[in-house]
Amino acid sequence: MSTPARQALDRQATPWLFASALVTIAPHVLHQAYWLSALAGLLMFWAIRLWWKDERLPGRWVLFLLVIVGCSGILIEFRSLFGRDAGVAMLVVFMAMKLLELKSQRDAVVVVVLGYFLLLTHYFYSQSIPTGLWLLFALWLVTATLIRLHGGPASTTRASLRYAASLCLQAIPFMLVLYLLFPRISGPLWGLPSDAHAGMTGLSDTMSPGSISRLAQSADIAFRARFSTTPPAKQKLYWRGPVMEQFDGTTWRLHDNRGTSPQLETLSAPLRYEMTLEPHNQRWILALDAPVQLPEGLNASNVLAVTQRLPVTERRRYELAASLDYRFNVDEDPRALSRNLALPPGVNPQARALAERWRNSDHRPSAIIGQAQALFAAEFTYTLQPPLLGQNGIDEFLFKTRRGFCEHYAGAFVFLMRAAGIPARVVSGYQGGEFNPLDGYLVIRQSDAHAWAEVWLEGQGWVRVDPTASVSPTRIETGIADALPFGEPLPALVQWRADWLRTLRYRWEAVNNAWNQHILGYDPQRQRELLSRLGLPDTDWRSLATVLGIACSLLVAAMTAWTLYQRPAIDPARRLWLTALRQLARRQVDCAPWETPMAVAQRVREQRPELAETFQNVVDAYLQARYGKSNNNLNALREAVARLR
Amino acid sequence: MNLAGRFQQFLFRWRSDGTAPLRLGQRRIFIVPSRGGLLFALALVVMLLGAINYNLALGHALVFLLAGLGVAGMIHTFRNLFGLVITPGRCEPVFAGQTAFFPLALDNERSAPRLALELAATAELPIEAAIASRGKTRVRVPLPTQQRGWLALPRVRLATRYPLGLFTAWAYLQPDMRCLVYPAPVTAPLPAASAAANGGTQHGAGGQEDFAGFRPRQPADSLRHVAWKASARDSGDGPLLIKEFAGGAESELILDWQHTDPALPVDTRLGMLAGWVLAAEAAGDRYGLALPGLGLAPASGDAHCQRCLEALALFQP
Repeated sequence: MSTPARQALDRQATPWLFASALVTIAPHVLHQAYWLSALAGLLMFWAIRLWWKDERLPGRWVLFLLVIVGCSGILIEFRSLFGRDAGVAMLVVFMAMKLLELKSQRDAVVVVVLGYFLLLTHYFYSQSIPTGLWLLFALWLVTATLIRLHGGPASTTRASLRYAASLCLQAIPFMLVLYLLFPRISGPLWGLPSDAHAGMTGLSDTMSPGSISRLAQSADIAFRARFSTTPPAKQKLYWRGPVMEQFDGTTWRLHDNRGTSPQLETLSAPLRYEMTLEPHNQRWILALDAPVQLPEGLNASNVLAVTQRLPVTERRRYELAASLDYRFNVDEDPRALSRNLALPPGVNPQARALAERWRNSDHRPSAIIGQAQALFAAEFTYTLQPPLLGQNGIDEFLFKTRRGFCEHYAGAFVFLMRAAGIPARVVSGYQGGEFNPLDGYLVIRQSDAHAWAEVWLEGQGWVRVDPTASVSPTRIETGIADALPFGEPLPALVQWRADWLRTLRYRWEAVNNAWNQHILGYDPQRQRELLSRLGLPDTDWRSLATVLGIACSLLVAAMTAWTLYQRPAIDPARRLWLTALRQLARRQVDCAPWETPMAVAQRVREQRPELAETFQNVVDAYLQARYGKSNNNLNALREAVARLR
Repeated sequence: MNLAGRFQQFLFRWRSDGTAPLRLGQRRIFIVPSRGGLLFALALVVMLLGAINYNLALGHALVFLLAGLGVAGMIHTFRNLFGLVITPGRCEPVFAGQTAFFPLALDNERSAPRLALELAATAELPIEAAIASRGKTRVRVPLPTQQRGWLALPRVRLATRYPLGLFTAWAYLQPDMRCLVYPAPVTAPLPAASAAANGGTQHGAGGQEDFAGFRPRQPADSLRHVAWKASARDSGDGPLLIKEFAGGAESELILDWQHTDPALPVDTRLGMLAGWVLAAEAAGDRYGLALPGLGLAPASGDAHCQRCLEALALFQP
């Protein structure tokens, strides 16, 4: 870029830059504010129009004004110019704006580097296989743009794309080596902006009518589990989430449980499994009831809710174990018991009266529980679209609407138990899961979200009672898709019943899971495992850097060697001639390199007269091919040489 | 030579490459990151930090892939020069002040094309070249001239940034090429017909009697001979036209060093002689050259003209 003439951007190269900007910005349309996409689209359209009409690019003041407009828009939208989303928005706007400032080769290089940078930002929002593939495509196109920019018009579209593909393929070995060996640092290097983990779905820490049925309409995967043995039956799979003990009349809330650790008496051998939890930005881990032998970093509170110290903001793996039969807190703290008997005063008088009647007829807890289950089993409907409830929600639900989802049943059941004098509480979490036979993982979706009850019985401790099981046994035994009638707003994915569709889905999910486990889930832990399998136990970053350096040097050396080794150009006629000479050598006719074809033919006539005619044909064809006028004689030569064999 | 110069001499091992075809080997090719490459590296570092901070597995993969792309790009930039065969050609003489062009044949024996090669003898006048797959191309490296005499081609820098522009690879070429630079012709009227004294006259073109047409003006033509009206009529930007006459006596001139003003500098005097040579040649005269210690017998024609100009170019007073 030493002279102005070279600095100027080639007009024919500009469409490449538009294409690069388009493929790197486009996926952001899916999640960013509409006005941002519209602004970027408008700017790009303007730039393309100016190029098409070959008009002058806007002046500095116009661009400055645009920067002001873009920045103030972002400030209003995000209340900041920094942070994850605002930063991405800035990059998008600047990329679109840079297209209005394409004057020199240097501007073009800036667009390309911005494009590479924008590629990274897509991973904030998705790291799925489709995203990966799209970005690979974008990378290819942006690289081809770079090649086109530097190669000038001599680098045709086809040649640029081919060269870019070849370069990307050659970069892959480096990527693999670096990916496997680059010393991985876990955790943020600096404080993440507050919006870093926005938009994650999962159970919330409160429960009110409608909260779980809303969640159950999502087919997103909550977590996956893989058992070392065959997985237990579905109705035993209760994945325990937040336990709610406080009730204000409509909403169930967590109680701040500190201090005492739970007393758990296991009655069956621990069942080991590995859980891959999708990020949900909460601290709890949805461990299988009842969790035993927690790994380091996880804690169980005295309501047996497993939590980690920081919210789960990225996909994580846990090695867990559960005992399906257990006795839990047989000697419960009296304060906890009284907490689990408390009811807000005044609300739901009918429900209280009903509980009172049950208690008076038979005061044994098992009888009261039986009464409640019988009530639910008789007249209630399990639905994702329950009617709205008012002030005395439980009364309305029990005596009027009688339609509800699991949170209605769990809430009403716990209310009735407390009113009847049995300590009870709501447990939320997930129930069941879908076994993928292709990779052996159990997939638990948001649609498997569930709520059930726990009652404390003298001598037995806390016992799980699932009132939903009384209303809709299929929900617990086979899953939500079978428990709900057709027409409920369940996600389509969950409803697919056709076998081929289901197989397709299993396959897709297995591929996704493998991707998550092996590619996205490659963390410092896995890196250590891999290296120790390669015979490098106890690696620190120094030894890693050494190995990495050696591996990269070897790769560079291999590529350089390939470059330095250049096969001399040899024309096809000569190659065929050399083949013929090798055939002669096999028949003990040796030829010196300086012998002309004619001389060789002469020698063949003397030494192997029986070959003479065949070889003379070869010589004629060779001379014709090399020195003849028409250039299509190769086939004749090829045939003549073939006859020599 | 100053210290930096010595260092460069040591590092790049500048020496003449002779006149034979020259194949670029790895010892000759140097490579450093370009400005775009540094920007790219900076972007990669920032991206890596981002990927680590947000724990983006694919972010790591992208950064590593781009790093690999950079390395592959480096090797390919090197490869764009490696094995290129450069054959020096013959250089046409020019007048001082004009630009000399040194022809080089670039031969690509590879099946991949070599694009975006830049050759420069001086930083101000780079030229670009692209060679097709297994192709050959001729380039003319420009070099401004100032002084008459032999102008040797200085070191030529052959550089490329293709394909990715992240690295600049270059090699120095120093083929033995020189260009003869004639003195810049100075326009002056031809010395008067003292020439006639030297003998017989012939009839031919370039006389002064019958108008025979126009011809483009050459630097040695006096402005007095310009056909202004005809030039204006002809076109605005074409060369000025000179009226040509036929049928005059073809005189025999001796263009003598002594006829030039001794008060003028040597180069100006030589320039006047060069202008006379051109004018005489254009007029179709037979002319000779008389320099101190050197005389060329009267003759005419291209070869004679060039001989005269060469004598002037190489004249040592």
